[in-house]
Amino acid sequence: MKRHFRVWRGDASGGDLRDFDVEVNEGEVVLDIIHRLQATQAPDLACRWNCKAGKCGSCSMEINGKPRLGCMTRMSTFTDDETITVTPIRTFPVIRDLVTDVSFNYEKARETPAFAPPPGVAPGEYRMQQVDVERSQEFRKCIECFLCQNTCHVIRDHDENKPAFSGPRYFIRAAELDMHPLDDRSDRKEYAQASQGLGYCNITKCCTEVCPEHIKITDNAIIPMKERVVDRRYDPIVWLGRKIFRRDQLESADGAVPTVNPPMSSARLPEGPPVGPDGHMEIAELSAPTQGGLSPFGEDLSFPLPPEYVSYHHPERPSEA
Amino acid sequence: MSDNKIERHLYDVVVIGAGGAGLRAAIEARLAGKRTAIISKSLFGKAHTVMAEGGAAAAMGNANSRDNWMVHFRDTMRGGKFLNNFRMAELHAKEAPERIWELETYGALFDRTKDGKISQRNFGGHEYPRLAHVGDRTGLELIRTLQQKIVSLQQEDFAATGSYDSRIRVFQETTITELMLDGDRVAGAFGYYRETGEFLLFEAPAVVLATGGVGRSYKVTSNSWEYTGDGHALALRAGATLINMEFLQFHPTGMVWPPSVKGILVTESVRGDGGVLRNSDNKRFMFDYVPDVFRKQYAETEEEADRWYADPDNNRRPPELLPRDEVARAINSEVKAGRGSPAGGVFLDVSTRLPAEQIIRRLPSMHHQFKELADVDITKEPMEVGPTCHYVMGGVEVDPDTGAAFGRVQGLFAAGEVSGGMHGSNRLGGNSLSDLLVFGKRAGEHASAYVDTLQVRPRPAKVDVAAAVEVALAPLVRAAASSTGSSADSSTGSSADSSTGSSADSSAAPSADSSAGSSTASSAASSAGSLIAENPYTLQQDLQAVMGDLVGIIRREGELTDALKRLHELRARVANVGATGGRRYNPGWHLALDLRNMLVVSECTARAALEREESRGGHTREDFPAMNPTWRRINLVCSLSFGEVHLEHKPVPAMRAELLALFERSELSKYLTDEELAEVEEQ
Repeated sequence: MKRHFRVWRGDASGGDLRDFDVEVNEGEVVLDIIHRLQATQAPDLACRWNCKAGKCGSCSMEINGKPRLGCMTRMSTFTDDETITVTPIRTFPVIRDLVTDVSFNYEKARETPAFAPPPGVAPGEYRMQQVDVERSQEFRKCIECFLCQNTCHVIRDHDENKPAFSGPRYFIRAAELDMHPLDDRSDRKEYAQASQGLGYCNITKCCTEVCPEHIKITDNAIIPMKERVVDRRYDPIVWLGRKIFRRDQLESADGAVPTVNPPMSSARLPEGPPVGPDGHMEIAELSAPTQGGLSPFGEDLSFPLPPEYVSYHHPERPSEA
Repeated sequence: MSDNKIERHLYDVVVIGAGGAGLRAAIEARLAGKRTAIISKSLFGKAHTVMAEGGAAAAMGNANSRDNWMVHFRDTMRGGKFLNNFRMAELHAKEAPERIWELETYGALFDRTKDGKISQRNFGGHEYPRLAHVGDRTGLELIRTLQQKIVSLQQEDFAATGSYDSRIRVFQETTITELMLDGDRVAGAFGYYRETGEFLLFEAPAVVLATGGVGRSYKVTSNSWEYTGDGHALALRAGATLINMEFLQFHPTGMVWPPSVKGILVTESVRGDGGVLRNSDNKRFMFDYVPDVFRKQYAETEEEADRWYADPDNNRRPPELLPRDEVARAINSEVKAGRGSPAGGVFLDVSTRLPAEQIIRRLPSMHHQFKELADVDITKEPMEVGPTCHYVMGGVEVDPDTGAAFGRVQGLFAAGEVSGGMHGSNRLGGNSLSDLLVFGKRAGEHASAYVDTLQVRPRPAKVDVAAAVEVALAPLVRAAASSTGSSADSSTGSSADSSTGSSADSSAAPSADSSAGSSTASSAASSAGSLIAENPYTLQQDLQAVMGDLVGIIRREGELTDALKRLHELRARVANVGATGGRRYNPGWHLALDLRNMLVVSECTARAALEREESRGGHTREDFPAMNPTWRRINLVCSLSFGEVHLEHKPVPAMRAELLALFERSELSKYLTDEELAEVEEQ
C-alpha cells in the first residue's frame, strides 16, 4: 500500500518538507520507510540509526511533531489516510536532513563529575544490595536518544539557556550517582543545583512523557533531587549552622560538603570547545604534541637532509647525481 | 583552500571502533600514557555492544562456588568444538573475573546476589551460572560504563592540561577507509568525517582494530549497519591474515515477525530463565536434537529438565540450553519439516513457565521489545523465533597474548569480534562481552608497549594518501560522470590516471561545499546516474541474497561454488558503484565505500566454507554432516595479494598437557585424532 510521507530535507542553510509516496507493508515502522526512501527515491537522505530495536537511541526524530524513535513507531499507529511528517529533532542544529548536531549533550556529559570509587575497597570487594542498586539502575537504562533534551522547553527554542542548563539526561545521571550505594561524592544534588541548572526545571514532565525507556525522569530523579536540595538549604538547623559557623568550620562540620573544591565546571572559567564553527578543529596543530605546524615531511626528519637522501639531479652536472 | 584538504592528527595509538573492545583498549592505552584516538563510525556510545543482552561470562563463583577458570575454559573449548586457540581461551577464562570487577570501580551496577555480590545467571553451554548481568541490558551497561570511564579520564586530563581532548579523544561519526603503511609497519589510518565528508589522516605507529563483525552481508541479521567487516578488510589489505572465516554464528532465536524487526535478537536468557522451544505440534522438540558429544550433560526427560532450574546440582540441564549452533540447526530442521510457526519460525514460550511479574522483572527489555515492536505480550503468549546471523567467530589472526596481528604487518592489533581464534568454531553466549574486556585490555596494553620499542616514527607515504583519497571519492565521481553524460565520463577517466601518485586534489571531485546544491538535484541525478553507475543499496541487497541463500546456515558444495561465481560478478559491479548527493552526511556514499569491505570479507567466508569439508560449530555442510578430527587440526587462513583472496591450511596450535588433563579421555576422543590421543596417553 502506498502512503504519503513528508520528510524535511536540507541542511544548516535551510530546507523544506519534501513529499514522497512510498510503499508500506504490514508490521513496518517509520524507520523502515525512511530506509525504503533511501533505497528507492533518495539515496542520500541522511538519517542516523543503528540497532533498529530501541536499544541504541540513534534514530531520534519528530514524527508528526512528536519526538519519537523511528524504529519504535509502528506504521499501524497511524490511520490509513494520514500523512506522516518526519522532521529532525528541533532543539539541536541540523547537519543534514534528519541528522542533527547533538554535541551539546556530549559536552554536558563531560562536565558532569564522574563516579568516584570508594577509597580502600578493592575490585571484587564491592558489596551492594539489589534494592539499593535498583534505583540507580532505572536511570542507567537510558539509551541516550536525547528525546528528553529535545523536548525540554528550557532549551527547545531557547539556545540562550543551553550554557547553564544540562537537561533531563544529565539530571538523571546526577541522580544515578547520588543514589549509587558506593559513590564517594556526596555533593551530587548541590552540583545539579549549582552547575547543571536544575532550578530551571519547572516539572512539566515532558521529558518523562517522551522517554522511550519509560524512565520516570521527573518523579524519580528530578523531584527527589530538588527536594533534597531544598531540605539541605532550608533545614533550620543547617540554616542556624550557617549563621553561627564560619565557612571553613561549616565545611568540616557538615560532612556532606567536601573540604577540597571538586573539579566542577562552575568553578572554572568557561572554556570554548577547541573546535571551529563547523564542529571540527580548525587547525590540526592545536592538538599536536609539537609546537608549530606539523611538518609535511614527518616529525622525525631534520634538514638539511644528508646528500644520499636527496633525489635531486643537477641539470648541468648529471655526474653528481 | 583545496576542496580535498586533509586534516592531520598525530597520535600514539589509534583505536578503530568504539564498542566494548575498542573503548577498553583505549582506556588501557591512555593509562599507559599514550596519546590515544578512538574512531567511532556512529555516535559515541551507540556501538553494537549495546545490543548484548544476556551478560558477561566470568568464573567468579558467586552463584556456585564450584565454578573456576578451569571449568570456564573447558566449557569454552567444548563450545568451540576444540578449534579454539587454547591460549586465548585460557587467558579469557583466567582474566574475565578481574575485568568484570574492574568495571565496578568505573561505576557499573550489576544485579546482585543476596550477599551483595555480582549475581550470575545460567546460559547455554556454561556448566554453572556464570553471566554477570543487568536485567537483559548488560551490553548497554558495559558500553555506558566504559564511555563514562573515558569521560572521567578526560576530566582528569582537563584538570591537568586544560583540555579534555589532550590525551584521549573520540572522533565520532568517522569512518576509516584505509590503513597507512610504512614498509611493513603501520603508519596511520585514513578516513572521513561522515558529517562533512572531509578527510582525515591519523599518523600513528600503532592501530588497534576493534570494528566488530560482518553481519550486514546477510539478509537476516541481528547486526546494525556498522557491521560491514571494515576491520577484517583493513587488516587484509594491510597484509594481515584472517582465520576461521567459515564460522558464523546464527543465533537460534531472532524475531521473525513483524518483517521490520526480522533478525532482531531474543536473548538466550529467555531460555536460561525457563523458556522452552515448541513446534507447531506443541512438542518440546529439543530433546530430539541432543548430539552424542553432549548427551551426558543434558536432561533426557521434561521432568528432569524442569527440576534443573531449581536444583542444578542434582539434575542435568534442559536441551534448550545447548550451544547456539545446535539450537539453530534444530530450529532450521523443524521449520524445514513443516512444523514451523506461521511466520516461519518456532515458538519460544515463557508465558506458561513463569508468573507474569517474574517475566517482567527478569526479562524487562524483552517484554518491552515485543510489546513495542511486535505488539506481543510475552507474559501471555509465546514468541515466534528463528535463526539470525549474529556473530562471526573468524577474524584477524592474532598473537593470543598481545593481540598483535599475524602476517607481514607490524603495529596492527585486533580485539573483540574482529579478531579470530578465541571462540573456535562456535562462541558461547556471554563469552563475547568478557572477550571484549580481556582482549581489549591486552591489545591496548601491547599496542602501547609496541610504540615504546620504536626508534623512528613510521610515516604514511603521500602516494598512499592520494590513492586513498581517490578511492574514497570514486563513487561520487562515477555518479557525477554518469549523470552528466559521456564527455564528462572520458575526462574523469584521464584525471583519475593523472592524480595517482602526485596530488590529492582532483578537479573532477565534488567538493564538500557543493553538497547543498547537489542534494537539490539529487533525485534527477540518481535516475540518470542509475543508467551507468550501480546503486549501492541494490548491490547490498544482491550481496545479502548471495550470502543468505548460498552461504547460510546449511551449506552445500554446489551452492558455495555458485556463490563464489556470483561474488566475482558482484565485484565488477561494486567497482562501478556510484553515489549522488555530495559529501555531507551522505548514507549512499558511505554504503558505497563499505561495500568493497563487505565483498572481500564475504569472499573469504565463501572460500573457507567451500574448503572445509566437515560440519563443526558455525559451519554446517550438508554434504559432510559429521565432525572430522583431522579437520580439527587445521585452521583456514585467508590473505590478500594483488586484490585476490588466498587460502592456506595452517595447523591449530596444540594444547599444553596440563590443559588437556582438564578433560576426560572419553571426551577428548570425540574431538581428537587417534594419533593425537596416542600422544596424550604417552604424556
